[in-house]
Amino acid sequence: MASLVGSRVERKEDGRFLQGKGRYTADINIANQTYAIFVRSPHARAKIKSVDTSKALKSSGVVGVLTGKEIAEDKIGGLIAGWAIRSEDGSEMKVPANPPLAKDVANFVGEPIAVVFAETLDEAKEGAEKVKVDYKVLKAVVDPADAMKSEAIHDGVDKNLCYDWLLGDRKAVDEAFAKADKIIKVDLINNRLVPNAMEPRACVVDYNTASEEITLYTTSQNPHLSRLVMSAFGGVAPENKLRVVAPDVGGGFGSKINVYNEEIVCSWASKKIERPIKWVAERTESFLTDTHGRDHVTHAELAVTKEGKFLGFKNETIANLGAYARVFGTVTPTYLFGPCATGVYVIPAAYSNVKAVYTNTAPVDAYRGAGRPEATYTIERLVEKAAMELGIDKTEIRMKNFPTEFPFKQTLVHTVDSGDYVAGLEKAKQMADYAGFEARRKKSEVNGKLRGIGVSSYFEACGIAPSAAVMSLGCGVGLWESAEVRFNPTGQISVFTGAHSHGQSHQTTFAQIAADELGVPMENIDVVHGDTDKGTFGMGTYGSRSLTVGGIAIVNACKKIVAKGKRVAAKMLEVNEDEIEFKDGEFVALKSNKKKTIGEIAFACYLPGQRDEMKSPIPEGDEPGLIESSFFDPANFSFPAGSHICEVEIDPDTGNVKVEKYTAVDDFGRIVNPMIVEGQVHGGIAQGIGQALHENTQYDETGQLMTASYMDYTMPRADNFPEFNLGFTCTHATSNPLGVKGCGEAGAIASPPTVMNAVIDALGGQEISMPATAEKVWKACKTLKKSNAKAA
Amino acid sequence: MTKITLEVNGKKVSKDVADHTLLSVFLRDNLNLTGTHVGCDTSQCGACVVHVNGKSIKSCSTLAADIDGSKVTTIEGLAKDGKLHPMQEAFKKTHGLQCGFCTPGMVMSAVDLLQTKKNPSEQEIREWLEGNICRCTGYQNIVAAVKDASTKM
Repeated sequence: MASLVGSRVERKEDGRFLQGKGRYTADINIANQTYAIFVRSPHARAKIKSVDTSKALKSSGVVGVLTGKEIAEDKIGGLIAGWAIRSEDGSEMKVPANPPLAKDVANFVGEPIAVVFAETLDEAKEGAEKVKVDYKVLKAVVDPADAMKSEAIHDGVDKNLCYDWLLGDRKAVDEAFAKADKIIKVDLINNRLVPNAMEPRACVVDYNTASEEITLYTTSQNPHLSRLVMSAFGGVAPENKLRVVAPDVGGGFGSKINVYNEEIVCSWASKKIERPIKWVAERTESFLTDTHGRDHVTHAELAVTKEGKFLGFKNETIANLGAYARVFGTVTPTYLFGPCATGVYVIPAAYSNVKAVYTNTAPVDAYRGAGRPEATYTIERLVEKAAMELGIDKTEIRMKNFPTEFPFKQTLVHTVDSGDYVAGLEKAKQMADYAGFEARRKKSEVNGKLRGIGVSSYFEACGIAPSAAVMSLGCGVGLWESAEVRFNPTGQISVFTGAHSHGQSHQTTFAQIAADELGVPMENIDVVHGDTDKGTFGMGTYGSRSLTVGGIAIVNACKKIVAKGKRVAAKMLEVNEDEIEFKDGEFVALKSNKKKTIGEIAFACYLPGQRDEMKSPIPEGDEPGLIESSFFDPANFSFPAGSHICEVEIDPDTGNVKVEKYTAVDDFGRIVNPMIVEGQVHGGIAQGIGQALHENTQYDETGQLMTASYMDYTMPRADNFPEFNLGFTCTHATSNPLGVKGCGEAGAIASPPTVMNAVIDALGGQEISMPATAEKVWKACKTLKKSNAKAA
Repeated sequence: MTKITLEVNGKKVSKDVADHTLLSVFLRDNLNLTGTHVGCDTSQCGACVVHVNGKSIKSCSTLAADIDGSKVTTIEGLAKDGKLHPMQEAFKKTHGLQCGFCTPGMVMSAVDLLQTKKNPSEQEIREWLEGNICRCTGYQNIVAAVKDASTKM
C-alpha cells in the first residue's frame, strides 16, 4: 500500500466549506436565545464613577443588564497571564487584575464595562445605548517607549513595568564586543499588528437548567484550555458542568487562544438569566479587543570582525503588553523571542534584555510566529547591515556564520537537533537567480525604478512543548498533546485529537497519518476535535504544534492499537506474537501465511466469542474493545529553518513598492501533505509582507485606535502579491518518530526582514521602518536623490 | 415591514422584513442560509458576496427590500444535483481554501469574474478579487483555482 504521508491528498474539509455547510459559531442559534451587546469604554484610561442601568432595563425587549459590580459580587475571576516571568533581579512579574467587566477603572478603548441582553439584536443595541456610565477621564499611557517614565496605570505596578528580563551573559558580551573590529547597530520598531482572522470572535451559550450544565460554543483555538481557565480561574462552573465547543473556526493566528471577557461573561450570565445568549463581534469590536501582536521597540548590536565573523550580540527591547498580561502575553517577548534573536548563527556571546510594559492599549499576545518574527527581524536586519557595512555579499556573510554541525547548541537556550542551513540558502539563491540580480537591477534603473534584493535566513523554535521545559520557564500548564483512536466494531475509526483546526486541515493530515499507521483507507477515518465532551483533554493549536505534538500522539495511539491487534491476532491464529507481522492493514502469521485484517481483529475485540465454543480471541491480561489513547510530550521543540529571498521594485515618483519575486526555501523535516504545507507557507509569507509593507495599528496620543476597520487598517489583497516560489530541503527532526517540524508560522517569521532588507537595499541602505508605505518610501527616495546628487 | 418575494437558489420565498434588513441578515437569519458570511461592518471583506440576477454583490450592503422580485444565488445554490460547480471543484483541487470563512464570497465572486471575462490573466484575477479578503491562503491557490476553473467553464 502506498504511503499517504507525503502525498498531495485533497482535503476532507472542503466539501462542506465549499458548499456553505461549514458550521461556525455565528451560524448557531438556540431556541429562545437572547442577544448580547457589550457596553465598552470609549476612553483609553478612565475611572468609572458610576454605571446607571435603570433606563436600559426599561428599554423595549431588554431581558437583563449586568455590570462589573454583579460579576464581582458573584466572585467570577478574571482573565489570566499563562506564563510567570521573573525579572533579572529575581523578582516576580507584576500582573494587574483583569476583571471580565471593568468595575473601577477602564484601561483601554473597548474594554467591556457592562452587558445588555435583549430579545433581538436591535433591542440589545438600543438598550446598550441607554446604559449611562460616568467616567473621570485620566491621561492615557500609549507609547511603550515612554511607559516607564509615565504615571503608573495599575496599582502596584511601578513604572508600568511587568518585568525586566535578561537571558544571556552581559559580561561575556562586553568582552566579545571589546574584541570586535566593528559594531553594527540598529534601532527597530516592530509594528503592532491586528491578527484579523476573517471570522470575528463570537460565542453562543446554552444553560441547561435541569442538568445545570453550561454549553459554550466559541471561536477558540483551544476549547479544553478555555474550559480549564473558565473553571479554575473564572469559577464559572466546575469542569464537568462546562462543555466548550469550538466548531468550525474561521482562522485564529493566535488571536483565539485567549479566553476572552465576552465568553466568561456570557457563560456566567446565561446561568443568571436562565436564557441562552448569543454574541457576535462586529469587526470594529475585533479590532478593539482581539489580542494584538508584535509592538516592540528594539535597540540591537552585533559585534563583528572585518572578515564578517560574528562575535557577540546584544538586544535591548521594550515590549508593549497593552493594558493587561494575557495567556501568552508575557512569554511571547521573552522565551519565544530572546533565544531566537541570535538567529541561525554561531555567536559566542549574546544576551537579550526585555522590559515589558503596560499601556492603555488592547492587550498584546501571540500572533502567528509570536516572538520569533520579532527575533528574526532583529538579527536579520543586523546581518544585512553588517554585510553592507563590511562590503561582503549578503549570502556569503550568512554562510560564514552558519553552524555546520548538528545538534547545534544555539547561544541562548536551544539545542537544535537537525538542519542544513547552507543547503537551504544555496537552493534559495539558485531558485531566485541571485547571480542574475545585478542585471535586473540595471534594467529597472533604465526604466527609472529602484530595484533591491533582500535575504533572510531563519530558524525558529516551535511545536511548543516539552512540558517539563516550558513549566520550568514559567508556563502554567504542560504542553503535551493527547489523542484517542477508537476502532469501531464495524471498521470505521474515530480519531480524537486535542489539537484544534481553524484552517490547518487536521481532518485530512491526521487521517493520512492514522491511515498509514493502521493500514486502512483514509475514508474510514474521521478526525474529531473541538468539543470537550468528545475525546480527551487537549492543549489546542498554536505555536505550530499540531503535527509535531498532536500528530505524534495519534501515531502513538495507533501503535498501541496495532500492538493489541498483534496480541489478538496471535491468539486467533494460534502462533506466538513475535511470529505476527503487521503490514498494510493485515496481521500475517509469518510461517503459515494465515492472516487477519485489522477490521476482523476489531470485530473480534468487540465480539469476543463464538457459538458452541468457549473460546475468546482476547489474550489473558487484555480487555475487550479496541480503543487506545496517548499523551505525547516530546523531548524537544521542533526547529524548522530556511532562507527566503525577495526582490522589490520601487517607483521613486510614487514610493510604491512592488514585490517582484519572492523565493522561500524551508526545511520542515518530513512533510505529510505538500499541498497543505505550501498553503501554510503562502499564508505566512502574505502576513509577513503585510507587516513589512501594509499593516500598522495606530493609536493616537489619547489612546484612540485610529485603525479600527478595514477602511483604515490595510489588509493585504490579492493584487499585492506576486506568485511565491517555494522550495524545500529536508532534515528529519529527531525529537519525534515522524521526523516532522512545524510549518505554520515560518512564512510570517522569515518574510518581514526579507522584504525590508530588499526595500532598504533598493534605497541604498537607508533605514526605514515597517510598514514601508508609499509615503515613507517616497520621502526616502527624495533623500536618496539628494544624496546621490551631492555625491555626483 | 415590507413583504418581499425572492427566488433564492431556485426556490420562491415570500417574507415580511423590516425595512432596514440587510440581504446578508435575511439570508442567514430568515432563511438559515448561513453559508453567506459576515466578516466586517464596512463592505470590505467580501465574505458575504452572493449573486443577484446573476451578478455578484455584497449582501451586507444591500437591503433585502431593495431587491424584491430578484433571483438570488448563494453558495448553497451553486452545486447542481449533488455535483460541485467547476469553481468549487477547482478550489478543492488547488487547495484554494483553509479556514473556509472567506470561501463562499470568494467562490461567488470568482464565478462572476469568469461569467464576465473568459480566460482572465493572473493580474486580472488578482485585481477582480481585490474586494475579497483572505487571511489564510496568501491568495496564491485561490488565483490558481480561478485559472483552473477558467479552462472548464
